Amino acid sequence: MDATLLTAELDRHRRYLLRVAQLQLRDPDLAEDVVQETLVAALGACENFSGRSSVKTWLTGILKHKIVDAIRQKQRQPIVMATFEAETDLDEFDPMFKDNGAWEARPSDWGDPETTLSRQEFMTIMDLCLERLPANTARVFLMREVMGLETDEICKELTITANNLWVILYRARMALRQCLEQNWFSNPPGR
Amino acid sequence: MDALFHKLTHVLSCKEASRLLSQGQDRALTAGERVKLWLHLRICIACTRFSQQLAFMRQALANYRS
Repeated sequence: MDATLLTAELDRHRRYLLRVAQLQLRDPDLAEDVVQETLVAALGACENFSGRSSVKTWLTGILKHKIVDAIRQKQRQPIVMATFEAETDLDEFDPMFKDNGAWEARPSDWGDPETTLSRQEFMTIMDLCLERLPANTARVFLMREVMGLETDEICKELTITANNLWVILYRARMALRQCLEQNWFSNPPGR
Repeated sequence: MDALFHKLTHVLSCKEASRLLSQGQDRALTAGERVKLWLHLRICIACTRFSQQLAFMRQALANYRS
């Protein structure tokens, strides 16, 4: 791809890349840095872009590596492990369930994903719900669901056990579904 | 039906079922886990919906990629 064309194209995707990086890193400066590095790396490697995948997919692939690097750097600060432990304690009382293990509030029917996912307002609510997750939980959850990393890759990157990882992902999904239930599905605008 | 529900949720509660359903998105469940879940889901509309919600969220998050 021609470099001038590519520069214009990269600029168009910048906002999206920033959003993903910010959700994952929770640090605006670091997110800026990571996106900047991604764009520089993309420009340097533009002859590698085959055109078989979309530019967005290609950029997301580069961003994924940059985010993992940034997380690995952050991981060197010992505080993170303590936070992980706080976020993986499953013995703690779970308000979602009664004592006998039945649902406290039954999950509702969310209907057809296609209809809902095409709505911009829904995606805004989803962003807000993701921002509400505890920082480490969100980071791991997005590595899995948005970056599409396999569980063993995540465990290796973050030096956590598979069990810890499952607990973190479970927590993230439960919190996200509750937030979506409360803020969208119980009272969907214009439906 | 109530008695059956009680018996089956004794084998696997909704809380346990929800954990297995989540883990099912991250690892291959064992044959035993799959059987227990299948039996539970046949009689439990709440966990069936939760299972659909998991698929919904996965699809929604994958949208951030493309």
